[in-house]
Amino acid sequence: MALHLAQWCILALAFVAIGAVVAPSSPRTIRTFYAACAAISIVVLALAARHLLTQAPAETSRLPIGLPWIGARLRIDAISAFFQLIVNFGGFAASLYAIGYGVDEESPKRVLPFYAIFLAGMNLVLIADDAFTFLASWEFMSLSSWALVVSRHRDRENVQAGYVYLLMAAFGTFALLLVFGLLAGADGHYGFSAMRSASHASGLAGAAMVLALVATGSKAGLAPLHVWLPLAHPAAPSHVSALMSGVMTKVAIYGFVRIVFDLLGQPAWWWGLVVLAIGGATATLGVLYAMFERDLKRMLAYSTVENVGVVFVGLGLALAFKTNGMGSAAALAFTAAVFHALNHSLFKSLLFFGAGAVLHGTGERDIEKLGGLIHTMPQTAFVFLGGCLAISALPPLNGFASEWLLFQGILLSPDVPQWGLKLAIPAIGALLALAAALAGACFVRAYGVAFLGRPRSECASGAHEVDLFSRGAMFLLLAACVLTGILPGLVIDAAAPVTIAAVGESMPRQVSQSWLNIVPIAASRSSYNGLLVMAFIAFTTIVAVRAIHKFASDRLRRAPAWDCGFPNADPATQYTAASFAQPIGRVFGETVFRTREKVDMPAPGALRPARLVLSMRDPIWDAIYARIHGAVDYVSGRLNVLQFLTIRLYLSLVFAVLIALLLAVSIWT
Amino acid sequence: MVQFSLDFAHLLAGGLVLISFMLLYQDRMFGLLNVFALHAVVLSLSVSWQAYVQDAPHLYITAAIALGLKAILIPIALHRVVVRLGIHREIETVGGIGLTMLAGMGLVALSMVVMLRVTGAADPLAREDLAFALSVILLGLLMMVTRRNAVSQIIGFMSLENGLILAATGAKGMPLVVEISVAFSVLVALIVIGVFLFRIRERFDSVDIEALDEVRGDRS
Repeated sequence: MALHLAQWCILALAFVAIGAVVAPSSPRTIRTFYAACAAISIVVLALAARHLLTQAPAETSRLPIGLPWIGARLRIDAISAFFQLIVNFGGFAASLYAIGYGVDEESPKRVLPFYAIFLAGMNLVLIADDAFTFLASWEFMSLSSWALVVSRHRDRENVQAGYVYLLMAAFGTFALLLVFGLLAGADGHYGFSAMRSASHASGLAGAAMVLALVATGSKAGLAPLHVWLPLAHPAAPSHVSALMSGVMTKVAIYGFVRIVFDLLGQPAWWWGLVVLAIGGATATLGVLYAMFERDLKRMLAYSTVENVGVVFVGLGLALAFKTNGMGSAAALAFTAAVFHALNHSLFKSLLFFGAGAVLHGTGERDIEKLGGLIHTMPQTAFVFLGGCLAISALPPLNGFASEWLLFQGILLSPDVPQWGLKLAIPAIGALLALAAALAGACFVRAYGVAFLGRPRSECASGAHEVDLFSRGAMFLLLAACVLTGILPGLVIDAAAPVTIAAVGESMPRQVSQSWLNIVPIAASRSSYNGLLVMAFIAFTTIVAVRAIHKFASDRLRRAPAWDCGFPNADPATQYTAASFAQPIGRVFGETVFRTREKVDMPAPGALRPARLVLSMRDPIWDAIYARIHGAVDYVSGRLNVLQFLTIRLYLSLVFAVLIALLLAVSIWT
Repeated sequence: MVQFSLDFAHLLAGGLVLISFMLLYQDRMFGLLNVFALHAVVLSLSVSWQAYVQDAPHLYITAAIALGLKAILIPIALHRVVVRLGIHREIETVGGIGLTMLAGMGLVALSMVVMLRVTGAADPLAREDLAFALSVILLGLLMMVTRRNAVSQIIGFMSLENGLILAATGAKGMPLVVEISVAFSVLVALIVIGVFLFRIRERFDSVDIEALDEVRGDRS
């Protein structure tokens, strides 16, 4: 039933795409099409939720399209259903946001058809049950999102971002193709059911795991394959950025979970170590990048890199525990990973919507030119604050719940027998703690500079609030963040069938715990109660605010004494984003980014201003991509000669190759 | 009888290889064309012998096509082309006959080694036939590489194609359709190349293909 309807929904999305091409592009039709996308998403969302909550058995079907005699095999099980939940909630919110936001797009017909195909592609990836269908729908997802990235193609930067994205997507798909080639074996069983039941040799399975990590990591944004993400995600229209950053990265995570946890069988112990190390490095590096970024949307994209790293740390931990048969610990780590994936889709979509609202209201993405938006865009400022709190993992919001679960999992690492893991996991836990703290600082910076203080430019002072639908979508996501934050037990229980499918066990049932506590392993060890924390925070805040108002504010008089040192000063005298990041830059930047600060003081008596120039290098770009670029450049420069040979030389080349091949045949037997 | 048919097939195929060698050192146009006509005659003999031995009457048609087209029609056409282009008195400089012949011998040895090793399980008639055919193909290629005149390159290409037909008829059961389509493609190639020859000639007053390279604008 669920699978059947999901197929029809995907078909309906395809029709929306076709309709969007042929229909006239008046604001009304665009609204209608986005509303249709929202409605379809909500149907799939309801189906997936029903599948998860009733713990329905897996459903399969086979469509007579695709490869001849094989067709397209589809299947929906707990893992698919959980990720369908993430994708379609994000899709619903983005469509709702776009009903208001998408109308003002300069050429909506460049966005709308691909938007619908993008949603359809992501949904199809989740229910694909053979390698061919999976790859085809994966490509649908990649290419339609590429088209969305270059939808504003007049901007050179966007085209360049699209080019980098296309390269990385092609690379990822190629790696994925190799994974399925390895898994299919010599007989070429491309169905997932055959791959699942086959026993894979350990070396082959290890190679497939590494390739799967590369393939899905390049889509999700694992370092060092993350370079396209901060270029491409901000280039798309904001509701698409939210989908790409909040949702498409989750589809990539789904791909990793499907291949490594479901198809490959029992993991080897080093798999966990590799995934943990890359996840930890990604998390820290991502947030460090975000810390120094001036562009609001690009900063959010870097923060996505960080959160993907966090999710992969959870998955690596689950692999490490699964190898050693520590079922309940693996269930805890895996639940934390998928819970964080869900949370990230909620608050990252919310923050991108907020950034889109800021962009719409001010026309500016550079946070150094914003400021004081809390006065002109009070509602956006409120929801953006909520998103910042959630992504900074502050209780009682959802980011805290999932990261807390993850740290509970890390605390179980002394029970792992391998010394490599025993030593690595606490170190990665420390990296993760560092990343969490830096993420907090990063969003304090973003919020403080963009929304507080005084406007730093004309466009910031003339900002206006966005339309009703956009605000509705943001409030919906904020409500979801709060709900999953104060009632994490519900999500953990909903994820139980997923955990069973992936690691064989699940966390203890949370709804039956007293007082809506959540309990990772046993109540005697540790427990957390979001509702109680929320009540406590609310209570103390109210008491504190009232006390301050009663004993302090009433007695306060506004008087321009020294006026904090700058009466009527220019807004440029405010604390800037760069000043905020400077201390952290001095600690980490010199080693990671090789930052150099140069102070340029005018001569005494000169009238020009002093300058502080900060130069940074991207270590990953320099170490890997610049070298690849150089090598390709060198080789193509050398081979360029081949374009200008005479006809006889070309013939001789063909002849020489033929002779060489014949010689090889005659020597090699 | 079996031994005799095998020997005779080998004789004809070996003759084809020998004539390919003769093609290599011809430095006059008319001589080249005459030797090529001989090449085609021997090919058609070889194919009809195969038709007789394999008891495959459709191969007679192949032989007839080879005789009609390659031994008569194409040489006559090229003859007239050469006369009209006025290059029948030209002596083509073939760089180092001795060296070319040595390279040709190396190619024949190579094709023997390759074919006899690879086709160990095949029918002996087809086996050595294939080795000879590969030699003819390689010698045709060698001729294309060493010659500078466009007409001699055409001849090289056609002798290469003769090798292909020899290979195909040696193996049993090549459909007639394939042969006819190959023959047609060669004919079309001849017409196209002929037209091009005159165009090249009009432009550059020469059919030496080096002349083409000199006027190419994109040379670095």
